[in-house]
Amino acid sequence: MSMKKPVDRIAKATPPAFANRVRALSDRAIAWLFVGPSIVLLLAVNIFPLIWTINLSFTNFKANRLRDAEYIGLRNYERILTDVDTWQSMQATAHFLFWTIFFQVLIGFALAYLINKKFKGNDLWTTIIVLPMMLSPAVVGNFWTFLYQPQIGLFNYVIEFFSGVDASSFSMIGSVTLAPWAIVIVDTWMWTPFVMLICLAGLRSIPDSIYEAAECDRASKWRQFWTLTVPMVLPFLMLAVLFRGIENFKMFDLVVQLTGGGPGNTTLLTSIDLKREAFEKWRTGYASAYAVILFVTVFGLASIYVKALNKVKER
Amino acid sequence: MSGFSVTEPSKRQKWFAGVLVITYAVVTLMPLLWIIATGFKSAPDSISYPPKVVFEPTLEGYVNLFTTRTRITENMRETLKEPTTWYEQIARDRGTVIAGPSRYGQRFLNSVIIGFGSTFLSIFFGTLAAYAFSRFKVPIKDDLLFFILSTRMMPPIAVAIPIFLMFRQIGLNDTQLGMILLYTAVNLSLSVWLLKGFIDEIPLEYEEAALIDGYSRFQAFYKVVLPQAATGIASTAIFCLIFAWNEYAFAVLLTSGTAQTAPPFIPTIIGIGGQDWPAVAAGATIFLIPVMIFTILLRKHLLSGITFGAVRK
Repeated sequence: MSMKKPVDRIAKATPPAFANRVRALSDRAIAWLFVGPSIVLLLAVNIFPLIWTINLSFTNFKANRLRDAEYIGLRNYERILTDVDTWQSMQATAHFLFWTIFFQVLIGFALAYLINKKFKGNDLWTTIIVLPMMLSPAVVGNFWTFLYQPQIGLFNYVIEFFSGVDASSFSMIGSVTLAPWAIVIVDTWMWTPFVMLICLAGLRSIPDSIYEAAECDRASKWRQFWTLTVPMVLPFLMLAVLFRGIENFKMFDLVVQLTGGGPGNTTLLTSIDLKREAFEKWRTGYASAYAVILFVTVFGLASIYVKALNKVKER
Repeated sequence: MSGFSVTEPSKRQKWFAGVLVITYAVVTLMPLLWIIATGFKSAPDSISYPPKVVFEPTLEGYVNLFTTRTRITENMRETLKEPTTWYEQIARDRGTVIAGPSRYGQRFLNSVIIGFGSTFLSIFFGTLAAYAFSRFKVPIKDDLLFFILSTRMMPPIAVAIPIFLMFRQIGLNDTQLGMILLYTAVNLSLSVWLLKGFIDEIPLEYEEAALIDGYSRFQAFYKVVLPQAATGIASTAIFCLIFAWNEYAFAVLLTSGTAQTAPPFIPTIIGIGGQDWPAVAAGATIFLIPVMIFTILLRKHLLSGITFGAVRK
């Protein structure tokens, strides 16, 4: 995008005295004056801490002890990458990421498709559907532990009502096999509207004339869906997956309130694992190395994904 | 309907789509309605089997939320005066007496102060930066914009380790100022990206006209651009406020007492023998309702808000 400089054009068209007044403070100075504070704040609260983290990751520093830190080279990284528990929490995170995105894309797209049929009152219902995603994950997650209570919980009761399985016979967050799904369900409940909204924008961006042309060519509705609707919405859908992917890789508040990583370590996502290392075991150096590994992973994956996304957009 | 259109869904399709969407909406709303309902239940009603849909509403949960109570013992009973207010009466009916206010009010106030403080700052700095990015040639502009966005990719816990050490060193741990600065920085990326989108949409001609009329750059900025961007600024502000309002990870790690906000506090509300669900639900209701109202007000800008301005209608 080329920047038009109105001041320059005015300056050319007006007498020098006036032009000088306009230029009293040069555009460049104003630009830096305006951008400066934001950059400084971000450097102080993001970049400086990041550099500090990288530095700490080569030490055996413990934040709850006064003892000075010693540099131990790459030993923290070596320990993390060879630790079975790390890989277990990576696995738990992968399970959580894959299934939440799978369900959210499926349900979110279906909902957007239906809402796009423009039935009466669709705006109102869209707003209602969106509500869960705007709420505090920690507060809502905490309340879901109540809904998940065996016997008295609403969720278990509804399952019993429809399937006949005794409500007190299973505990969504207490069972090793069910807990990974319990967090998937709540996250899907919360974030499906996000995917839905983006898909809806995609569907609404398709001009009617394309369908009219397809209709003239006698393309079946089924064919129209797969050769027109899906490819046109795909860039939007991929963007939604990117956002959800990054967010859920960082997932902390909702799951820590729901299961706290348990039972056992079945829902111990990387962020929760990191919190334990850093703020419960106080292995600051070790946790810093862990944090660097996580950041590099999410940054790397996101960069590869954005390249793929741009390719789809170009098509 | 005028004329025949191949793209207009048939009546039956609309009806079918409507029924499915409304069914989903009702199901998805159930947990939220359950929170609100539980807030008005008595303790036994809240944990009854089967779950009670029809119940006698009581304000017990709200009384428990805002007060601390002690159990009435045998020798206390004789010296006790008659309750004078409705909330004392509710506590008395459950065999307790109000000992004092709980910490919820103060935690809620922290949320308000930190939320509004950080929103004001991130909008102030964000508007300036967005205007510069939108109107001027800033060197390495794309890199700066990407850098601003990438700060959101870091897991909060990863950032929290050095922030915790830094705050401890300069005495900002567990202070409102510390949390305001932190949330301002986190929200800046959102406000710069969103506001740049809004300011890009304002035609350059307005400013050019103002400059020709003899306005300086600053005057053109605050007399022409700002009023034009007012709705954009307002909706960006609400997004920043919602983020700061809902934030949990930094709050739970960096605050413990004086500056603690409501999200880490609400799950810790406990009664006699486990969590006091009506009180938790009451606390959650008071905390969630403002966001629900904001969401309804924001519905037109929701999409650009949640995607950092990447998608707009």
